[in-house]
Amino acid sequence: MTVNPFDADRPPERARRGNGERKRNGQNGARRRDESLMVPDVSFDSYYGRHIVKPAPWEKEIAAYLFLGGVAGGSALLAAGGRALGYPALQRVGRVGAMGAAALGGAALAKDLGKPSRALNMMRTVKLTSPMSVGSWILTAFSGFSGLALASEVTQAIAARSQGGVGGGSAVARVARVLELVDGPATVGSALFAPPLAAYTAVLLADTATPTWHESYRELPFVFVSSANLAAAGLALVAVPTAQNGPARRLAAVSAVAETLAFERMQDKLGPTLSEPLRTGKAGRLVRASKALTIAGAVGSVALGRSRVAAAVSGLALMAGSACLRFGVFEAGLASAIDPKYTVEPQRERLERRRAAGVVDDSITTAR
Amino acid sequence: MGFWRNQLSGPTDPAADAAWDRREPRKGFFTDTSICIGCKACEVACKEWNHVPEDGLDLLNQSYDNTGALGASTWRHVAFVEQSSERIEQARESGRRLVQLGMPSVRTAPEPPLMGGGVTTTDPAVPDLRWLMASDVCKHCTHAACLDVCPTGSLFRTEFGTVVVQDDVCNGCGYCVAACPFGVIERRSGHEGHEKGARSHGISIKGSGGSGDTSRGSHQNPPSHAETNGEVKNVGIAQKCTLCYDRLGAGQTPACAQACPTTSIKFGDLDEMRATARARVAELHELGYPEARLYGVDEHDGVGGTGSTFLLLDEPEVYGLPPDPRVTTADLPDMFRKAGYAGLTMLGLAAAAFVGRRR
Repeated sequence: MTVNPFDADRPPERARRGNGERKRNGQNGARRRDESLMVPDVSFDSYYGRHIVKPAPWEKEIAAYLFLGGVAGGSALLAAGGRALGYPALQRVGRVGAMGAAALGGAALAKDLGKPSRALNMMRTVKLTSPMSVGSWILTAFSGFSGLALASEVTQAIAARSQGGVGGGSAVARVARVLELVDGPATVGSALFAPPLAAYTAVLLADTATPTWHESYRELPFVFVSSANLAAAGLALVAVPTAQNGPARRLAAVSAVAETLAFERMQDKLGPTLSEPLRTGKAGRLVRASKALTIAGAVGSVALGRSRVAAAVSGLALMAGSACLRFGVFEAGLASAIDPKYTVEPQRERLERRRAAGVVDDSITTAR
Repeated sequence: MGFWRNQLSGPTDPAADAAWDRREPRKGFFTDTSICIGCKACEVACKEWNHVPEDGLDLLNQSYDNTGALGASTWRHVAFVEQSSERIEQARESGRRLVQLGMPSVRTAPEPPLMGGGVTTTDPAVPDLRWLMASDVCKHCTHAACLDVCPTGSLFRTEFGTVVVQDDVCNGCGYCVAACPFGVIERRSGHEGHEKGARSHGISIKGSGGSGDTSRGSHQNPPSHAETNGEVKNVGIAQKCTLCYDRLGAGQTPACAQACPTTSIKFGDLDEMRATARARVAELHELGYPEARLYGVDEHDGVGGTGSTFLLLDEPEVYGLPPDPRVTTADLPDMFRKAGYAGLTMLGLAAAAFVGRRR
């Protein structure tokens, strides 16, 4: 370091990070007296603390879609069951829920695009390596069947109220008679596409470089389908009279157990580092709220589901719990992408594990 | 079935897998960071040629790096790292370890391992301070997650084995952004659209308008974007390095490699680049720089080898590169299988709900 007349104008030295702890290498300490003029040392595992993988540029709409897709899928199953086993109110609510949530979800997806005007480009190709492409087709098919089922439901309700009933000669009645023919196939189609609709969103998140999402790919689909059932059961509990809410109450009970088990297993498998985003910060709060709401809602619906008010409150709790879970998982993933620790540490660990096991020919870093 | 087996991971020829009839040798970069001087000519040349808009004029407090990171409007990024002697010694140590592991880069290579012979004699004295400078770029992976997950088919594999976005097809879903294991591709934000993802890195020394344009002298291209009034083209669309697809088609060298004054950025057939890289790292080991190592030349790594290879002088994470990236779609069959089981579980739960007493 040379000295020049302008040195007198230098600002006072600032305290450095890790001040006083640094080794001087046995050399004369004066050598780096101008440390404050250097940028702080880079930590070992990141470039100025910047993230390595980029967080998905997705907004709340996508988290909302995770929830709405679940509501749609679960509702379609309840509607199909209701139709098969004679729960007309459950059938009606399920059909409205399926189509309504699918439509809202589709709108949310389009809104989140960088170019919403090109939303239909999703239908440009069928690509099995892209869960988003597969999901777009699942959503399209599901919406088609659910739309038919809902149209049948609505036209029959209108025709039944109009003069002459469904057998009458009005235009609505004629449409209702046509739609009645496809009512069965539409219900079956809607129910068949419901599980893929609820499950693919887990693959959608997992098929990314976002550490917490990707590493949870084995359990996340189970968490998401359970959450979908819970949300749909919640909707049914809110909207279906108590005489017909038995299936919804049982669905809430079994799905709450399934979700809790799957989520616990997921956290275990993620390990302490990668599950940290699910336990801390905003995501952690959402996940904890989800657990409380889900358990309260499930217990409430089983124990007090015969009361109209208690059933509705439990249903709202279940839906809120499902929404919190989706937003929690969503936020946790973004948090895991933003902090380079979650990218570097697990990758370092698995690399060291492979090297320790004698596998030395699959590293991206090589000595030659 | 070898064709299918290597579609999601493992060594393969991506252009052939993409069913190109016209066979071109796969092209790539070799960025030798040991001779990078941090002049950022590559960044500038890339912007000029590809009409990449300004990406914010901020002081980032990151040594001489005020660009930050690769992104929608930064397709070449020069990283600057200042290291003290302790850090340099650690880098040497990790490099020696890598050599001792006998890290082979090719499974089938018959040559004997570099038995420490590369790291001979007395290494040069560890300096008090060093600067690491490295020009980062899209890796043009053999198994490109961005391309695999793109739902519109906007991203495609060129006949040169590179990965390019068709900006008239992309609808800005952002999936590629989350899928890239290197954090390269990004959705462009700008004035005409929403400012999604745009984050100020620090202290701005200038407004984000393109006022610096006039100082660049005569600009022959029509002032279509940043230079004029802050308008940016392709807003909301995923953008990244194209490896100058337009120049490649005309037999030209990509702008960054052409502009590089020290030949730190080399461009050519990928085989040639990998051979050059291996020769160079061996040379540096001979000269007593055990910290030198290659990044991306191994076809057996998690992305099937990269089209852009690098010679680094420290662990990859120091430069902001992932230490063990793995293409996310390698696990996709298993993901779909798990989702299938989950779907059946969902049906089972729903069926269970309807079992029991009718009312």
